[in-house]
Formats: sequence, structure tokens, C-alpha cells
Amino acid sequence: MASVSLSEAEKVYIVHGVQEDLRVDGRGCEDYRCIEVETDVVSNTSGSARVKLGHTDILVGVKAEMGTPKLEKPDEGYLEFFVDCSANATPEFEGRGGDDLGTEITNTLYRMFSSRSSVDLQSLCISPREHCWVLYVDVLLLECGGNLFDAISLAVKAALFNTRIPKVRVLEDEEGSKDIELSDDPYDCMQLSVESVPCVVTLCKIGCRHVVDATLQEEACSLASLLVAVTSSGVVTCMRKVGRGSLDPESIFEMMETGKRAGKLLHTALQDVLHKEESLGPRRQKVGFLG
Amino acid sequence: MAGLELLSDQGYRVDGRRAGELRKIQARMGVFAQADGSAYIEQGNTKALAVVYGPHEASVGRVSIRGSRSRALPDRALVNCQYSSATFSTGERKRRPHGDRKSCEMGLQLRQTFEAAILTQLHPRSQIDIYVQVLQADGGTYAACVNAATLAVLDAGIPMQDFVCACSAGFVDGTALADLSHVEEAAGGPQLALALLPASGQIALLEMDARLHEDHLECVLEAAAQAARDVHALLDRVVRQHVREASILLGD
Repeated sequence: MASVSLSEAEKVYIVHGVQEDLRVDGRGCEDYRCIEVETDVVSNTSGSARVKLGHTDILVGVKAEMGTPKLEKPDEGYLEFFVDCSANATPEFEGRGGDDLGTEITNTLYRMFSSRSSVDLQSLCISPREHCWVLYVDVLLLECGGNLFDAISLAVKAALFNTRIPKVRVLEDEEGSKDIELSDDPYDCMQLSVESVPCVVTLCKIGCRHVVDATLQEEACSLASLLVAVTSSGVVTCMRKVGRGSLDPESIFEMMETGKRAGKLLHTALQDVLHKEESLGPRRQKVGFLG
Repeated sequence: MAGLELLSDQGYRVDGRRAGELRKIQARMGVFAQADGSAYIEQGNTKALAVVYGPHEASVGRVSIRGSRSRALPDRALVNCQYSSATFSTGERKRRPHGDRKSCEMGLQLRQTFEAAILTQLHPRSQIDIYVQVLQADGGTYAACVNAATLAVLDAGIPMQDFVCACSAGFVDGTALADLSHVEEAAGGPQLALALLPASGQIALLEMDARLHEDHLECVLEAAAQAARDVHALLDRVVRQHVREASILLGD
């Protein structure tokens, strides 16, 4: 991760503030920073989204391609994740420097989406055992300002919401050979349902309390964090402890409860924004990086 | 040609432009707060981001193989460039964003271009990193990268001799085309990439692919140079606008 150097006095200041439920920028322990979400930023993808959470900037592009279903799940499509930690975020990510962090985030994403209810994979099947849609979800990390996992999961959810997969028909002729026909209308697409897609809430333990949405400075003061993937109904799909410190079981349960609360609010807010954006239709003013 | 007319009888190209017309360019400086300098440019459908770190101590905090070989130069700054294009940037999904041959070559070309323009003698024994990220590739990626990197270097406050403006050019049916899109590049005709220092007219980088008769070289070069000068006028406006906004915020 991008490193920030803090003096002991600054760390003490942050830790003491958190004990009083007052963080450096005036937030409470369960408050998020201002989040900006925009979809359809890159036009030659099936779906894309950009999330800006404080100084963290994430761009996700989803490309839908046709492939063969996996052997053990012949009537389902699947998702492939790839995270690229761009050198834009910090010079340490140049060349292969960002590969470690990228692999860690990719594995977390796979684990989050491994639950059967997250995405309806059967809707991605075209003909069992032969053709299915493969969604390549590519995450590009542009700027690192703390709390990467939350921003990435929000961006992935928004990009999947924005994904339009063309409708195909399978035509079978007399000899039994199948032909795939794409409809002529470019707007004749199907949308994925993202109701059960989880979002990650990262809780960092600072002193005796835990905070949601830590900045880089706060992450430097915390010894251990808990990543909780929560769906909009409050169901936890995946949980992971990161960091070099240790947590005791009571704090893990407390953090999980906080995570579920914060996750539900996050989901409602994201759904509102996405629906509002979609209701503006094709005449929406696209801002992207120019705004 | 395979049924696609790159230049119609009335002189219109595939996207409705004239032969010497550029695509719509929009740019913004200071996109990221944490980097020393950053810029974003959109040339038609090609979108590129450039970020500059430096001047800083040479090869600090680098774990990569390339970094360990870079050493500080005693009389000037080291310019280090990386070109990376997102996996979703092209029509066909790319497997590796950087590290392949083409990205390495582009990185070297960018380095050559900027070593000609940046006043490296002013920062001996230090390093300037320029990282370019292509978000969407629709032809003219080298030109977009150079233009974005120029703005980012200016945003970082690193002294340069002059702007570096780049544009691509091609040759179809006896006419030179400026600012090629992906469709025109894929058609296989001659392509010229030019990076120009507009005030003096000096060429920082010149690259040409495919066969072109030397009689036509002059007019293609002139088309690219004119397009680069047009880009310069635009980038100049963007920089002045940015400085105006910054001074308003500072309350001058």
C-alpha cells in the first residue's frame, strides 16, 4: 500500500481522538467520507464505473465475452476478476511492484463472489455445456487514499449494475449444429440483477474502538482490521482479518455488528444514486475525469 | 480496400472529419491531489491519464527489476517513463496492462521525447517519474499520452524548454490525414507519429510505419506538424485556464 510517514505525536493524537468518537476530519467512527460514483465512464466496455472516496480513486470496466462453461457448473456463466495497481497511485507500484496488492485484492473479490446468491450466474448461460457469458471485471487502482476494499467493492457493484449484455439466440439447424445470433438492435440487452451483490466494509481497530472508512493516516495507526462483506439485507458473505496485530473475539463480534449497520446504509445510498443516474437516461451529462 | 472508404469523394473521413481536422480535445490538469502533477486528456474516444512524481531521489522505494538498475546521473535528472494501458481499453480485452513489448517500447519512446524537452540539468542526481495510463484506446494513443504527460509535467512545476505536442498522420488517396482514429490505423496505410516543440519547430520524436514514397513524406510531415501546432494552441488555453482558476482559489 502507499505508505505515509507519521510521527509518534500524530499517532497519539489520532488514537486519542478516536477514543472520543472524533476523527481528524471531524467524522464520527461510523461515518464515511464523501463518495462520488459515476457509471458508463469508458465507452467500449459492457459496463464501467468510477468511484472516488476521499483520495481513493477506482475505475472498473466489465467486458462480457463468450466462453465455455466450467466443467463442474455446466449451466452457469462465471466472473473473472483482475486488479491492476497502477503506478499512478504511487511509484512503488511501477513494474511488478503492485502485483502483491493486486493479487490480494483479486483473491478477496473471488471469495466475496463465491457465494451462490451474489450474482445470478444461470442468467449468463447461453446453452448448457457449450456457450456462456464470461464477465471479465477489471479493476484499475488510480489513487490510494486509504480504504481500498470498500471503494473497490462499491465500484464493482456499480459497474455490474451498469453492465449491458447483448441478448443472443441459439439457432439449431437440421444437422444439429448450433449457431449463435446476436440481435440487430444494439439496445436490446439484458441487465444483471445486483440486489444481492455484497459490499465490503473495512473496520480498523484503533486503540479500543474501531472506525469505518479509515484514511491512510488512520490505517497507519491501526494494528488490525476486519473486512466484512455485507449484502443489502445484512447478510454477511465473507469475513477476513488483515493486519499484523491480533483481535479478541468480543471485538470481532462488535466490529461485525458495526459492519452490518454501516453496510446496510452504504447499500441504500448506492442504490439511490444508481437509480437516479439511470433515470436521467442517455441525455445524462457525463463528467468522468473532466469535472 | 475491404469495403470501408477512409476518404470519400467529397473529402470526408469515416467519422465525418475533413482531412486535416483534429478530433475534439478536452483536457484537465490537477486530477489527483496526491501526485506531484497529473493531467487527463480526451482526444475523440482516446482517453489518457498522466501522473508525474518528482523530482525526487533516484531509485528510492523501488522494488522492481528495472528500478534496481537505474542509477542517479551526476549532471542531470533521470527521466523514467512507464506506459500502461488498461485491460478494458481496447476492443479485445488485453491480458497484461504493462510489461509486454509494446508497452516497454512506448515507455522508451516517451522517455526519449521528454528527455529532449525537460531541463534535466537543473536537477542533477534526481529522478522524474512519468506514468501514463490509457483508459480507452481509439487510435493516436502515443499522441494522447505525450499531450497528457506535457500537461502533467507542467502541473508538477518541472521546468521544460517548451510544450511537447504530438499528433499522428496518415496518407490515403493522395491526401495526408491528421489525427488517425483506430479504424484508420487498422486499415494498414502509412502512419507517422510526430512529437514537436512548437515554439522552435524542433522535432522531439518522429516515427513512421509502412511504406511511403519519399515525395509524399513532406506533405504528411507538414500535416502532422500543423496538427501538433493546433494541439499546442489548445493545451496553452488549458494551462492558462488552470492557472486562472488556481489564482482565484488562492484569492489573488
